[in-house]
Amino acid sequence: MLDVERLSKRFGGIQALKDVSFHARSGRVLGLIGENGAGKSTIVKCLTGIHSPTSGSIKVNNTPHQFVGPQDASAAGISAIQQEPSMFDDITVAENIFVGRLPKGQAGRVDWTATRSSAQSVLEQIGSDIAPSTMMKHLSVAERHMVSLAQALSTDAQLIIFDEPTAALSQAEIHHLYGIIDDLKAAGKAIIFISHKFDEIFRICDDYVVLRDGELAGSGLISEVSKDDLIAQMVGRELSEIYPKVEAQIGEEVLRVDRFTHPSEFADIGFAVRRGEILGFYGLVGAGRTELMEGIFGLKPVTDGTVTIKGQPIKITSTQDAMRAGLAYVPEDRQRHGAILPFSIRRNISLPKLQDLARGIFVNRPAESRLVDTFADRVSIRASSWRQKVSELSGGNQQKVVIGKWLATNPDIIILDEPTKGIDVGSKAAVHQAIGDLVKAGLAVVLVSSELEEALGISDRLMVMARGRVVAEYDRADFSSETVVAAAAGGI
Amino acid sequence: MKSGAFGAWEVALLILLAAVIVLMSSLSPYFLDLYNLIDSTFSFAEKALIALPMALLIIAREIDVSVASIVALSAVVMGVVAESGAGLPILVLVGLFTGTLAGVLNGVIVSALGVHSIVVTIGTLSLYRGIAVSIVGDDAYTSFPDGWSWFGQHYLWGYIPAELLIYIVATVIFGIYLHTTIYGRRIYAIGTNPDVARYTGINVTRYRIWLFALSGLLSGLAAILLTSRLGSVRLNIATGWELQVITMVVLGGVGIAGGTGTIIGVTLAVFLIGFLTFGLSLINVPGLVLNIYIGLMLIGAIAIPHLMGRLRQKMTASRKDA
Repeated sequence: MLDVERLSKRFGGIQALKDVSFHARSGRVLGLIGENGAGKSTIVKCLTGIHSPTSGSIKVNNTPHQFVGPQDASAAGISAIQQEPSMFDDITVAENIFVGRLPKGQAGRVDWTATRSSAQSVLEQIGSDIAPSTMMKHLSVAERHMVSLAQALSTDAQLIIFDEPTAALSQAEIHHLYGIIDDLKAAGKAIIFISHKFDEIFRICDDYVVLRDGELAGSGLISEVSKDDLIAQMVGRELSEIYPKVEAQIGEEVLRVDRFTHPSEFADIGFAVRRGEILGFYGLVGAGRTELMEGIFGLKPVTDGTVTIKGQPIKITSTQDAMRAGLAYVPEDRQRHGAILPFSIRRNISLPKLQDLARGIFVNRPAESRLVDTFADRVSIRASSWRQKVSELSGGNQQKVVIGKWLATNPDIIILDEPTKGIDVGSKAAVHQAIGDLVKAGLAVVLVSSELEEALGISDRLMVMARGRVVAEYDRADFSSETVVAAAAGGI
Repeated sequence: MKSGAFGAWEVALLILLAAVIVLMSSLSPYFLDLYNLIDSTFSFAEKALIALPMALLIIAREIDVSVASIVALSAVVMGVVAESGAGLPILVLVGLFTGTLAGVLNGVIVSALGVHSIVVTIGTLSLYRGIAVSIVGDDAYTSFPDGWSWFGQHYLWGYIPAELLIYIVATVIFGIYLHTTIYGRRIYAIGTNPDVARYTGINVTRYRIWLFALSGLLSGLAAILLTSRLGSVRLNIATGWELQVITMVVLGGVGIAGGTGTIIGVTLAVFLIGFLTFGLSLINVPGLVLNIYIGLMLIGAIAIPHLMGRLRQKMTASRKDA
């Protein structure tokens, strides 16, 4: 259905895509796989007419096309569902579906009845019960995906591209989406599916294309490869290098939390961590793990419960209290809560440590440089200099800046909330390496992760949370992905 | 992020300032006269004093539009106390204390309600001015003690107005505070990303109240200089100052979105506006027309960085294509 031949795209001096060829067939799902920056989104943008390729050809049903704008791609039958669909929030679902091509009635006025009924029928086609008259802003991310898909189907798209559609969806919503993709396949649509999650690639894709640094690194049938093969093609590394289990000396208990309770987010949480230990917290999105960690770190008020650090009961009502007690918290959303993006690496790392870097009230710059050198090196940030702005770094390196900044506070306990979320496989390995170094140095690590492989791969013990409560606890010897997933879902 | 550095904006202001000096001295023979130039600072030094804490507030993503009302309130309270025959040191303390109290109240309300400070200080703008007007009514307070005129009328060593010296000292202190201390570093952090600041253990609320208190303190100080210079307090005292102060700060390159700006930039903008005003008055341009020039400069201050940014983008894009 779609034939891409020797597609190349240059941005100034950067070769984003080089001689990439692949085919998507009707009634099949093609998985587009690669690390962040491998060129996946550049391909999507070439296919949807947002970028025009520097060379190469795009053929739809053997007709070559040169897309000048998104309308051309749409006219050729290509539609993309973005990860976070951008829609017009203040108009209805039906208007969004037919935006730019509302059915016309008499005297050029919009035929609202037709708009609503066509919207209704296309939504029903994908098994969605969203009312066409709902305002867009009242919809969840999953529902926005449905509207975006309805929009694609209403243009009679023959090739539908899903760009990481499940990143923001719950488990139930993901299963619903899988069902829809199966239906689309059965209806003879060609589908390109972009994902970082291997389990879903193996669940729904028939063929795959792996990109690395803008070039084709491999392609073929999903049934003929293993996950390790795919990862090897993506990075040229083995899985065990991505989730290395570091053996560290486990020492005395440094953090104990008892009966920790928040009015609405979590209740009766109890756990303890020892030096040199990684305690994992696994659960579905919304299980209350981030809220729990924010409670411990003094960012959220709690109604009951105690925190004991190194045998001393501590009252934490602010982040300052938490830091003084030897806690550090690397938050889930590094761009909003972790790093100040327009600041340099240097200013980010020294920020929590300013009080100790002061000579009187002045910033002691030589001491600041020494501190930043030490901790930026420890987490091996890749940058041209420590004066470089954090906004210019890759996601992985941004995360290293945040971890480095917290290590600089010399904590006993570090809480890492989704430390590898949204970063590519290569940087993931580097972050895991850094976590391994932490426990070797005698820190206690609390790891919140929604990625099962990561939680199981590097934790010494694992707490499973669901609906604001701890529902299960496992020692490493008892780890099994089936029981952990069942426990996480069982709380519902 | 600019901090401490002498950035492109400061260079542009310096060029503009030089242009104004050259232009004005060619238009009027009385402009480039040291005595005249120094004397012209009386017309803006008090407002420029308030521009210093205003710059800090805007860098920290806050704003205080009640400053002129705080000046009025402090002046009226000092006037009342002066009527009762209080001495000079007491009066100074009363002025500073009244201003600081009003500032702290602003900070506490902003923190407690969690609404943007522009809303809160529009409210206190009316409140403070209202209190001041209801106290002073149609009267005027004129019975200030002997020596009160020192702050606003005295020349040190025969040349330098005490008022100008106070302003210069305050500028140096604010510059050092913002650009070299750990507190200044944190103010930029709060203004650039308040969430990260909070997650990093910075007590954002305490800084906010402190900066509003500073704004009140310097407004109180400005009230002392102003009453000393005028010798009387009436209900319309310092009317409209808040906009002139904010103009100085914004023209000085302090980004209204927070996190950017320097004290050097604000200082250059102060002298730019001050000397332009003085020069235009020398060639008999009426004060009302003057506002046109200042308005144009302000719009330019907002438009030029945008245009420069676009131009730079175009140039880098065309260089890449070549």
